[in-house]
Amino acid sequence: MEPGAAGAGGGALFLPLSDSEQQRYSELFARCCPPGAAAAPPEAAAGGSSVGELFRASQLPPDTLHQITEVCGAKRVGYFGPAQFYIALKLIAAAQSGFPVRIESIRNELPLPRFMALKNDSEIRYGNPAELHGVKFQVPHATLEKNSYKRTDEGDKQEPKSPPMSPICSPPASPSSYQRTPLSYGYGKSRNGLEQQHGAPYEVRHSTHQQDGPSSGNYGAKSAHARSTLNRSLSAEREPPDSSTHYADDPWRITEEQRDYYVNQFRSLQPDLNSFISGSVAKNFFTKSKLPIPELSHIWELSDVDCDGALTLAEFCAAFHLVVARKNGYQLPETLPETLLPDYLQAASLKPRHDCTLFDSYSESLPGSQQTRDFNRTEKTSAEEIPDNSALIQDAKKDDKQVLKTSIAIKPIPKEFQHLTVKTVAQESNALKARPRSRSYSSTSIEDAMKKGEEPPTPPPRPQKSHSRASSLDLNKIFQQNAQAARSGWLPPPPPALPPRPSVTQTEQVSEVELHPQMNRAPSQTEENSSTKKEVVLAQPPSKPVRRKFRPETQALENPELSPTINVTSSLPAVKPHLPVQKQSSKQKRAIQTAIRRNKEANAVLARLNSELQQQLKEVHKERIALETQLEQLRPVTVL
Amino acid sequence: MAVCIAVIAKENYPLYIRSVPTENELKFHYTVHTSLDVVDEKISAMGKALVDQRELYLGLLYPTEDYKVYGYVTNSKVKFVMVVDSSNTALRDNEIRSMFRKLHNSYTDIMCNPFYNPGDRIHSKAFDNMVTSMMMQVC
Repeated sequence: MEPGAAGAGGGALFLPLSDSEQQRYSELFARCCPPGAAAAPPEAAAGGSSVGELFRASQLPPDTLHQITEVCGAKRVGYFGPAQFYIALKLIAAAQSGFPVRIESIRNELPLPRFMALKNDSEIRYGNPAELHGVKFQVPHATLEKNSYKRTDEGDKQEPKSPPMSPICSPPASPSSYQRTPLSYGYGKSRNGLEQQHGAPYEVRHSTHQQDGPSSGNYGAKSAHARSTLNRSLSAEREPPDSSTHYADDPWRITEEQRDYYVNQFRSLQPDLNSFISGSVAKNFFTKSKLPIPELSHIWELSDVDCDGALTLAEFCAAFHLVVARKNGYQLPETLPETLLPDYLQAASLKPRHDCTLFDSYSESLPGSQQTRDFNRTEKTSAEEIPDNSALIQDAKKDDKQVLKTSIAIKPIPKEFQHLTVKTVAQESNALKARPRSRSYSSTSIEDAMKKGEEPPTPPPRPQKSHSRASSLDLNKIFQQNAQAARSGWLPPPPPALPPRPSVTQTEQVSEVELHPQMNRAPSQTEENSSTKKEVVLAQPPSKPVRRKFRPETQALENPELSPTINVTSSLPAVKPHLPVQKQSSKQKRAIQTAIRRNKEANAVLARLNSELQQQLKEVHKERIALETQLEQLRPVTVL
Repeated sequence: MAVCIAVIAKENYPLYIRSVPTENELKFHYTVHTSLDVVDEKISAMGKALVDQRELYLGLLYPTEDYKVYGYVTNSKVKFVMVVDSSNTALRDNEIRSMFRKLHNSYTDIMCNPFYNPGDRIHSKAFDNMVTSMMMQVC
């Protein structure tokens, strides 16, 4: 509509209208026309009262409005035809920009006229699907994304964009609600002071207009730059953030629908909700949102609370939420808002994490071992031992962090001392992932700890057992064989080792205690055993839940037998000398043989365990090598 | 309280350098640069031994009349250099160590960020805040 019509109406006046202006004006005209007359706009005449309302909404003084009416020719013609209407709108724009109300001013390039507090269903209807389409937020791919996000940026002149946006308005039903939901919620978040945000997606879909009042109410709040109808709705959401934050309006609060969306996205990246998304996967994912890298880096810094290079579900939701907020124009905060903290998010809705249960199972088995530890040995030293063992085991820990991350199930373990003690079983991964600060940084202390660790307080030595006949039965050899075979994996000592011994009570505990003096016999071996065993022990639990079930069992076996000292392997050499103490012959022989059988079974189990663990170790090594090569590639060429 | 803190990459270019803004910052840059020689010397001195056994904290690199320079190397040959005002009440060795440890921790956190490419300059706000807390308060 028409410059031609305008020309006809206004004599020889050719009224140049830009696309956005055309659109806007036709919209407004349609609004002011009596319903039913939109079919033939050129013929229709805008209803005087609605026109008057519109003009009043432009907040110009009444004199100006009269002037405008006169100038545009309505008075002369007697009604507001399209031509007059358009001229009037142009004049309003001119007046709002400060130009005098004259025909000549129309020739200038003017922003769109601004109207306050307009209510119009059709406009809203027209605006909303357009808005939604225009601002579709689809992280994976959105061709429109650029447009839509440019749109949300302040200070953009959006007029050239409106033509491309109009085709988008046409299919209101096509985008899935799934996609629209986050978008609308993005808007809901950014919309301050508007109550309808939650209802918005549904309502939009049904083309209702509850945003009626508020959106039109935000007309006047627009920036000075003209915007198309789409932007009008957008700017409605970009209401200056001075309005009070209702509960639902807190931009940093995640709503239920948003959370569901985030969870679904998480699932698409990582099927197990209780596991992590590694850094590289998350990086690719968030890069698709087309935010600049420094901002993404900042978002990561904010959301990865435990700084482990991977995102849990809660952290992922927080990060996603921040991305959405940033896309909608919010400045990123300096610190993570309270509502986005992982604890808060977890408490809110997430199911109890699987690893928490794992943690429980660990803590069940561990306290036993802890309590049976020697009281002389402070837990500090045990904690130190752990770090030094990990130091023995791994080299480039940082490289392994992310690798092991995926196999780590225990995440929310508090990182203090308790963390370290728990880690006796889950140490390898945890040392890497969570603050390994006590680790090799103070290398001297580690060596000290190592030395301290190897020195168990030995109970008073038992009288050396004379070799009985039984011992000459090569039981020693047998046990040594066993020990060799199962060295790396032998956790439990032979269950009821040698019951018949009178001075030795049947309880394994005592037998274990007795075994200690024997430990001295092969101190180096013990040490080695302990370290390797530690390795096995440590590497074992983080792997699979299945193994964990076995573990408590073996540890339960082990615990009562464990001496206060940490060296379980002391049982290895200890068992050997234990045997020779037999005084009674046949009865003890039988007992020995049953014990042997049991030991063999235990051996078999442990050998199996060992092989599995070796397999795991191989895999971990492979991954580590892969990471190292990657790191080398990334590193700039060096002279060193 | 440090006067200048710098993080130097393995290839001896700075990843992060920040000094108290009052004085001529160029002087600190120069000081840090010259201290790299001392660091390299110390590293090569224990070079034969296993990397793991090498102490991370290098201690006082060299003193001048105005200030002292301390060094710290990580296992990946990333160096932290700290210039401390001599007139300052003598900072104990432990304090310096703890400051380096904090630096190292923050550096590790930066490394964990997948958006950070090793070898880039460091722009992390968290790191900045931590360094600010360690710098001298300029009245």
